[in-house]
Amino acid sequence: MLNQEIRKHFPIIEQEINGHPLVYLDSAATSQKPQQVIDAIRNYYENDNSNVHRGVHTLGNRATEGYEGARDKVRDFINAKSREEIVFTRGTTTALNLVAQSYGSANVGEGDEIVITYMEHHSNIIPWQQLAKAKGAVLKYIDLEEDGTLSLDKVKETITDRTKIVSVMHVSNVLGTINPIKEITEIAHAHGAVMVVDGAQAAPHIKVDVQSLDCDFYAFSGHKMGGPTGIGVLYGKKALLNKMEPVEFGGEMIDFVGLHESTWKELPWKFEGGTPIIAGAIGLGAAIDFLEEIGLDHIERHEHDLAAYAMEKMSQVEGLTIYGPKNAEARAGVVTFNLSDVHPHDLATVLDMHGVAVRAGHHCAQPLMKWLDVSATARASFYIYNTKEDVDRLVDGLQVAKEYFNEVN
Amino acid sequence: MKSTKNLDQLYRSVIMDHYKTPRNKGVIEKSSVTVDMNNPTCGDVIHLTMIVEDDIVQDAKFEGEGCSISMASASMMTQMIKGKSVEDALKLAQTISEIMLGNEYDKSIDLGDVEALSGVAKFPARIKCATLAWKAMEKGVGPDSE
Repeated sequence: MLNQEIRKHFPIIEQEINGHPLVYLDSAATSQKPQQVIDAIRNYYENDNSNVHRGVHTLGNRATEGYEGARDKVRDFINAKSREEIVFTRGTTTALNLVAQSYGSANVGEGDEIVITYMEHHSNIIPWQQLAKAKGAVLKYIDLEEDGTLSLDKVKETITDRTKIVSVMHVSNVLGTINPIKEITEIAHAHGAVMVVDGAQAAPHIKVDVQSLDCDFYAFSGHKMGGPTGIGVLYGKKALLNKMEPVEFGGEMIDFVGLHESTWKELPWKFEGGTPIIAGAIGLGAAIDFLEEIGLDHIERHEHDLAAYAMEKMSQVEGLTIYGPKNAEARAGVVTFNLSDVHPHDLATVLDMHGVAVRAGHHCAQPLMKWLDVSATARASFYIYNTKEDVDRLVDGLQVAKEYFNEVN
Repeated sequence: MKSTKNLDQLYRSVIMDHYKTPRNKGVIEKSSVTVDMNNPTCGDVIHLTMIVEDDIVQDAKFEGEGCSISMASASMMTQMIKGKSVEDALKLAQTISEIMLGNEYDKSIDLGDVEALSGVAKFPARIKCATLAWKAMEKGVGPDSE
């Protein structure tokens, strides 16, 4: 477990909600922000604010250094080969849409296949649905094992020589499953397909090495890893990004502009039309510094431990069903569950009245909910600031909910 | 930890009674009005069938999936509108909206069991649960229906 001095870095944590100390168990939706990140954004606006890449003046240089410095931090964080492979986007959704609209439009044709899985988040389903519709391509889903994991046999059965794109989430936002991206990438490449990874739930929690994974694209969001909302990253292999057309056109991304023809800047700027998300990138850079000070290996260990503890404690609650892998080592810090016939919304309201914040609903994964044969679930998700005491508070709240709804029944 | 006083404002016994023993659950085969509506943020769904003749709601049934508030509200809604004119049914839906928004509303309207939903106004995250069935009814018989 991480030293709980860490909590002191998160000003939001120390407050009461409905008369109880806050227990925040919704980090898979968005994480809380350490003071370091809040200060970095504030410092940028108070001292360095200016537009980037154009100012001859000092503030312009400082803003550019901050923004481009953040790119270097991201490159190092995911071990990309070069900084040109790091494109700043608004978030994971924008990054995946960029791949679908640019790479997808140019490389997927009628009868070609796009392969995803049943556990994907809507943001890794709909861009491919739209692409498949526009091109007359086939969208195929890899089925899941009973425990919510992927089997490589089924991956091999689904991917064929007609497959142009395989897109899989690294860590499931519902099941917590950590998927074997490296192995799936090998299979995709053997059929000549590119591998896209939705890393929104992985980058905050486990060490990501895009060279070792050998994936072609990797997308993630800043706000789930202590950074601000509105900033995300698309990593892409240089050779692919070089051949791709931008999807947004305007200022910042151009080289020469004529009356009827224009040319694009070099990588990565040709994909960053308009004034970029400067403060967001600087905030993300500060979040990366913060996570690296703690160490991703420690964070991963902490979350495995919390997930194991939560699953053990929660399984003692009568009538509680936990979805996803039974082995805590096979999952990140996400535990999705239902409590007998208490609807997850009712459960979330009872927990909130006791200061415990969980998510209830379909978690932007309607096909997965259908696969699980439930209309909704409750989800507790952990991050570096959570403790075993938080889990105990959750379990206490579950008992209260159970008793309450039994009484009124 | 054991205090449930606040919860009692939301989960009034009338609501739990409608949730556990829903009225008018089912489908009217020969309905004149059919509405499907969902709440995309949480996954609640309702399938509402009604018979409307001479501007009177002769019958109404619902099927659906959702939390106690949304299902209880659907049960209450069907109970309340049966036998009412379309105009009165819509007026009732409007009143529910006003209550949820914390606005003034016409106190002369007999709310029956529906009055129990007034506690939902204090739980902003749950207002959409309470209004789903009413929105479905409005969609089916309101001025924008076909």
